[in-house]
Amino acid sequence: MLNRLTDSLDFQGQALALRSERQRLIASNIANADTPGYQARDMNFAQALREATGAAPGRALAGTAAGHLAGQTGARGEPQLLYASASQTNLDRNTVDMDRERASFADNAVKYEATLRFINGNVRTMLEAIKGQ
Amino acid sequence: MSMMNVFNVSGSAASAQSERLNIVASNLANADTVAGPNGQAYKARQVVFQTEMMGSTGAAGVTVSNVTESSAEGRRVHDPKHPGADAEGYVTYSNVNAVEEMVNMISASRSYQNNVEVMNTAKTLLLKTLQLGQ
Repeated sequence: MLNRLTDSLDFQGQALALRSERQRLIASNIANADTPGYQARDMNFAQALREATGAAPGRALAGTAAGHLAGQTGARGEPQLLYASASQTNLDRNTVDMDRERASFADNAVKYEATLRFINGNVRTMLEAIKGQ
Repeated sequence: MSMMNVFNVSGSAASAQSERLNIVASNLANADTVAGPNGQAYKARQVVFQTEMMGSTGAAGVTVSNVTESSAEGRRVHDPKHPGADAEGYVTYSNVNAVEEMVNMISASRSYQNNVEVMNTAKTLLLKTLQLGQ
């Protein structure tokens, strides 16, 4: 019964964990904007969320023998990281495009906050229901 | 909490950029120094950045791996009355290129600002996360 209350929070929780993961990735890109040879990284958020919530088969290793450890599932597992290609050629082979990274960072921050509000709304709804006035 | 790592990542970048700014400052300060008694004038320095993986996957900070000295020839000016002049009357100044250093300074300060802004955003988001469910 109680898990039915928290099931709806689970999806948003996974989304929140992935958002913070992506925030960290973009922060790494911005930090390495001047590092020679650094390749900017990013994730396909929609795909990662599908894998984290089990809507798509994850990339966890298949257990074919009894002794095999199960791969981590959910946002705790590692999402597939992609490499960004350079939008302008650079002599130092750095592929960080600051405009793109700043835009992604702002976009991700807003969406992180949106997810927080969804969770807050969900919690408020449940508390309202529990009060039962 | 992977967002806590943002402070490590951006902090390392900010300290690397401030080291770069430091080097620029010493280059600019020594732009007009002449060769000392050993005949060697100040050589312009430059930092070399390197990616530093921070534990978990994806978190990539920055570290200054090396400080190199420019091998360019120092500026030679004919000034026989100068106390630092050599036998031919030439004074060797440092090989600092002031324009290059100014550009370097602007780039370093912009990168520093970017990282500070990243940390500010991460802080705001974390504070809002702490208020979750209230």
